[in-house]
Amino acid sequence: MARARQGHQGPVLVPAGRDKAPGTGIALEQHWAFFWLVSLLLSSLIWFIAVKASDPNDEPLQKGLLIFGVMFSVLLQEAFRFLYYKLLRKAIEGLVALSEDGCSPISIQQMAYVAGVGFGLMSGAFSMINLLADALGPGTVGIHGDSQLYFLTSAFMTMVLIFLHTFWGILFFHGCENRRWWEIMAVVVMHLAVSGSTFCNPLYVGSLVPSYLLMAVAATWAYLLSGGSAQNVRRFLLCSQSGASPQPGS
Amino acid sequence: MTELSAHLPQFQHGQLTENFPDNHLSSTNESSERRRRDNSERRRNDNPESETNGQPQNNIQQVVEQDEEEDEELTLKYGAKHVIMLFVPVTLCMVVVVATIKSVSFYTRKDGQLIYTPFTEETETVGQRALNSILNAAIMISVIIVMTILLVVLYKYRCYKVIHGWLIISSLLLLFFFSFIYLGEVFKTYNVAMDYITLALMIWNFGVVGMICIHWKGPLRLQQAYLIMISALMALVFIKYLPEWTAWLILAVISVYDLVAVLCPKGPLRMLVETAQERNETLFPALIYSSTMVWLVNMAEEDPEAQRKASKNSTYDKQANRAPNEDAEADDGGFSQEWQQQRDSRIGPIESTPESRAAVQALPSNSQTSEDPEERGVKLGLGDFIFYSVLVGKASATASGDWNTTLACFVAILIGLCLTLLLLAIFKKALPALPISITFGLVFYFATDNLVQPFMDQLAFHQFYI
Repeated sequence: MARARQGHQGPVLVPAGRDKAPGTGIALEQHWAFFWLVSLLLSSLIWFIAVKASDPNDEPLQKGLLIFGVMFSVLLQEAFRFLYYKLLRKAIEGLVALSEDGCSPISIQQMAYVAGVGFGLMSGAFSMINLLADALGPGTVGIHGDSQLYFLTSAFMTMVLIFLHTFWGILFFHGCENRRWWEIMAVVVMHLAVSGSTFCNPLYVGSLVPSYLLMAVAATWAYLLSGGSAQNVRRFLLCSQSGASPQPGS
Repeated sequence: MTELSAHLPQFQHGQLTENFPDNHLSSTNESSERRRRDNSERRRNDNPESETNGQPQNNIQQVVEQDEEEDEELTLKYGAKHVIMLFVPVTLCMVVVVATIKSVSFYTRKDGQLIYTPFTEETETVGQRALNSILNAAIMISVIIVMTILLVVLYKYRCYKVIHGWLIISSLLLLFFFSFIYLGEVFKTYNVAMDYITLALMIWNFGVVGMICIHWKGPLRLQQAYLIMISALMALVFIKYLPEWTAWLILAVISVYDLVAVLCPKGPLRMLVETAQERNETLFPALIYSSTMVWLVNMAEEDPEAQRKASKNSTYDKQANRAPNEDAEADDGGFSQEWQQQRDSRIGPIESTPESRAAVQALPSNSQTSEDPEERGVKLGLGDFIFYSVLVGKASATASGDWNTTLACFVAILIGLCLTLLLLAIFKKALPALPISITFGLVFYFATDNLVQPFMDQLAFHQFYI
């Protein structure tokens, strides 16, 4: 019976047409957003308890507690990413067992991508949406002596974080799939580094530049892990110049 | 007919002045049931020799199991599609409500309260306020319970005209009066000058087309759009006239009530559904959002008129109309004159009478039902739309965390809906759509507003990113 065969697709970017359940990706992005939200909730709970238990007038202590809150939140987000990976593995095994030809309707790579995008979008939305709402209203940026580039740098920072979450999703899942713990550790360390670099805001060169560099690194790494190569890029560019449609994967 | 009795289409109850139908979720699995039966019939027909093996029971059991597995994988495969089919309308309704709340200040202004919530919340002490809101919620819920029971009683004793009239009056109120107020407030907000003649024409057209689409026939998308709009209007009315603590309490209590009414054996809504099943009727299409049209293919032998109206018209409509204008001779089985002439010219004259059609129906069907699996839709009651939107709207109106809270509630409700649909795919019977979503929504509202918002505020102030 076809069910005995394992439908494992190698590290290849699967074209969208093969996705038998086209809505699955969109539906599952909500799940990721939800998990990110739960991790945020738990970390703010911890921070809130710590703040209530401490002296509200002690400025350095409050800032220290905030930093602690940020680090804790980062670790919790990665923990939830791992948790959802476990859940997803079970779900995919179930789907494979039920499907006609032993292939799951959505591969783990697509899942990784959706996971990353979901996390990123939710994190970006939460960071940015109140700022955007305030940006409509009357006001002057930095009127009390703060940086005038506040909105601009927030936008760039949010963008880099969304991209980073997407790439981290792919890296993380790849690490979990192939039992490469150093990949997982690398993702966690990168996340901590990026969040840590924001502590030197408003010295934006200290936060934006490293974050973009890390994003470039993560992007190339994720691309290589998904089966891309320098040849593919060249072929893609040449093909699009000559008018033929580019071929995906290798 | 046993085929259709196993699955319940949908149910809800409607109320007279303030239209708050309490609604539930179900999927149109009739076709899957039919397909399963067709498959098993066909297999039995095709494998007569397996019966002589001496183990006929095992074979039939295997056949049934195979069908169940196939059915299950089909359900899960198209489960994602159903989720999307409901995400879009629920999201649209919430977006409309939140956009209105944020821009039109009328709906956040306190202009009194409904008569169902007589106790005010502007009290001196917190304890008094809590007591008042509990009393308000209790009164509102009792009104809902009484109305539900009234509806069930009316339905049981076949007072279809009363129910129909009740639903028509409610839709008239929503489509004309509430949309008139809404339009008026939107014009005031954007300072648009409008004369009464144009306004009257717009409202008239909107209302009449809405009545036709909802209660009779219309393009599916238009009907869905109208249902979303009236849900949004109703939700806005609730957001305006329910004071804060009362609103949260009502949301909590109504999801408990929903759970009880749908799942308990003596629950009014369950009784409503079972009565509808016994009589083989669909319930109140005016108060259910459906993602696809339901083609009543199997109803041909008992109700030829139903085949002509291939939409979800309520059966009592047809029963009311059938007596004066139906004749045995006029029963042409739904085929028009031109079609019959064409057919006669091609394959010779054939007489299609109720008897011949019944004979054809009685043959075991050798082919899969022509209905595409994608046409299996999901139905969600309008009350669910309304209460989801009330939650998100109240969150956006009164939260200090503002957009973060709104977004969190939105995600929580959609996840709850996802989970409910998953349960629906597993249990395959009507389920209450409110409890899970509203619980998540309430938890996330209070948690985000009190815990996450100060945290995010501090982070934004220092420009830290997590």
